[in-house]
Amino acid sequence: MALSKQEVLKVGTLSRIRLTEAEVEKFGTQLSAILGYVDKLRELDTRNVEPLAHALPIHNVLRPDEPRPSLTPEEALGGAPEAAGDFFRVPRVLDEGTSA
Amino acid sequence: MTAELVPTIGLEVHMHLATRSKMFCGCRVAYDARPNSLVCPVCLGMPGVLPVMNKLAVELSVRMALALNCTIPDFAKWDRKHYYYPDLPKNYQISQYDQPLGINGYLDVETPAGTRRIGITRVHLEEDAGKLMHAEHGNYSIVDLNRTGTPLLEVVSEPDVRGAEEARLYAETLRQLAVYLGISYCNMQLGQMRCEPNVSLRIGAGPDGKPLYTPISELKNLNSFRSVERAVTFEIARHRQEYLADPGNYTLAKQGKSTRGWRDDEGISFLQRSKEEAHDYRYLPEPDLVPFVPERAWVEELRKNLPELPRARRERYIKMGLSEETADMLLAEAFVANFWDVFHETLEHHQGAGKWPIKRVLELANNWTLQDVRRALNEKTIDAPSLHAEFAKQLADLVVLVETGVINRNTGAEVFNKMIKAKLDLNPKSAAEIVKEENLAQTSDSSAIEAFVDQALAANAKAVEDYRGGKKASFGRLMGEAMKASGGKANPQLVKEILLKKLGG
Repeated sequence: MALSKQEVLKVGTLSRIRLTEAEVEKFGTQLSAILGYVDKLRELDTRNVEPLAHALPIHNVLRPDEPRPSLTPEEALGGAPEAAGDFFRVPRVLDEGTSA
Repeated sequence: MTAELVPTIGLEVHMHLATRSKMFCGCRVAYDARPNSLVCPVCLGMPGVLPVMNKLAVELSVRMALALNCTIPDFAKWDRKHYYYPDLPKNYQISQYDQPLGINGYLDVETPAGTRRIGITRVHLEEDAGKLMHAEHGNYSIVDLNRTGTPLLEVVSEPDVRGAEEARLYAETLRQLAVYLGISYCNMQLGQMRCEPNVSLRIGAGPDGKPLYTPISELKNLNSFRSVERAVTFEIARHRQEYLADPGNYTLAKQGKSTRGWRDDEGISFLQRSKEEAHDYRYLPEPDLVPFVPERAWVEELRKNLPELPRARRERYIKMGLSEETADMLLAEAFVANFWDVFHETLEHHQGAGKWPIKRVLELANNWTLQDVRRALNEKTIDAPSLHAEFAKQLADLVVLVETGVINRNTGAEVFNKMIKAKLDLNPKSAAEIVKEENLAQTSDSSAIEAFVDQALAANAKAVEDYRGGKKASFGRLMGEAMKASGGKANPQLVKEILLKKLGG
């Protein structure tokens, strides 16, 4: 299955990657090859197979609700490209409110 | 002729769970901490970290799902919901997409039009994002990630709500249930509860007989009940207007769903994202977290341990003779109502089948629970776990001392505080012990009280003159002085009688 140029550009946008013409070509071919492999897998009859939610055969790994020490703001901000006081500093966002 | 336009509203409500630590890491949940002081590699989304589920968060979620009459599926899993925003350092939120903790429930809501049963589509658990703020000066924004990873319960209703008032009542009923069960504190100012109504109007049937709707608008992040009602009112009117202006085009089929914000000060909604700009979330199963498979016995245990739910309890209280207002005050938190129940039963028992009229017993239970106990809770001199059955029984003993005239009401309040203090000092004492040790029993000896009254009259000649001159308010002053002279121990009823007699003479 071949990916259209537009689809490759959309994946680029979603990943926040700017692609050159040559990269669109290159990644388009690579992504299409991956999808081709998935198409191959699709040939298998999986009607009676439960979808796999997790690769490990374990469940219910839980921890008690006990607070543990956090990083200091200095440590937390230490690796950030930019900080302003105790805050991370990011390019101005116009969209109002969180999306969560 | 225009078809009838029927509001068709579903609500998504988010609540912070009442846990001490975050959903997938041990960072503390708090609202007043220094920015970015409650973060760790897990909630900062550093590479190579491993999130682990908070057991209490899962338990609270399942409890809420059970209280909402949901089915608890045998298998729940986690998914990544991707979007790119600076308040979300991982660029995805851990959520539950197709296999949530609870499905297919309902919530009964009392409305002026009677009880309305609102379907609950699903209850799922996720993590909250951080807080993004815009710098006043300069072309940048700032981010505090303390909130990132806070356990967030989402309750999604069916589009069963038919109006703005009903939307508000649904949200209020849901809040009452969550606070009552100790699932969430639901403090809306702190952002612990946020409502997102999805509003559409049913237009009537299309050519194929299926109902037609106006485009759905999702109103984001409403943080007060008032704004829920106002925003939905506004949105219903806006849909009606848009539809009537262009009936052929203003349909869900043609325009899909959009996201809108609400400006509370102006009372208007505004477009945030149209269908074309909608996020492409690219959900995928979360590989870092294993599924949750609830054991049936555990679920049944949680179900069994649910307290009598607010609606049934309210009915019971009203049948007992409490006013709706009092019932609602008691039901604000389950532990207060539990305390009241034991307290009330003990008082009734004390009276060995009705020496006091039932009405008086209710009145006493209400007064002490809603005044003295409530005050101590507000002042944080006691906490919820202290309000156990044993303490309710001890308080009932104190009330009996007051009601039988051993001590007066003011001394009673004082003894109550001393009981709490003794409890905190791990040296609990009964009311009777405190009264005896500190010699607080009230004086009903009229000759002694006469002496206190005389003392008060002699020392306050001006007030006596004022009273006799018609200024009746001076009586309270004299009464207070006489009580003070007795060290607060005089029987106030006798003080009043003797004082009146002397002033009248």
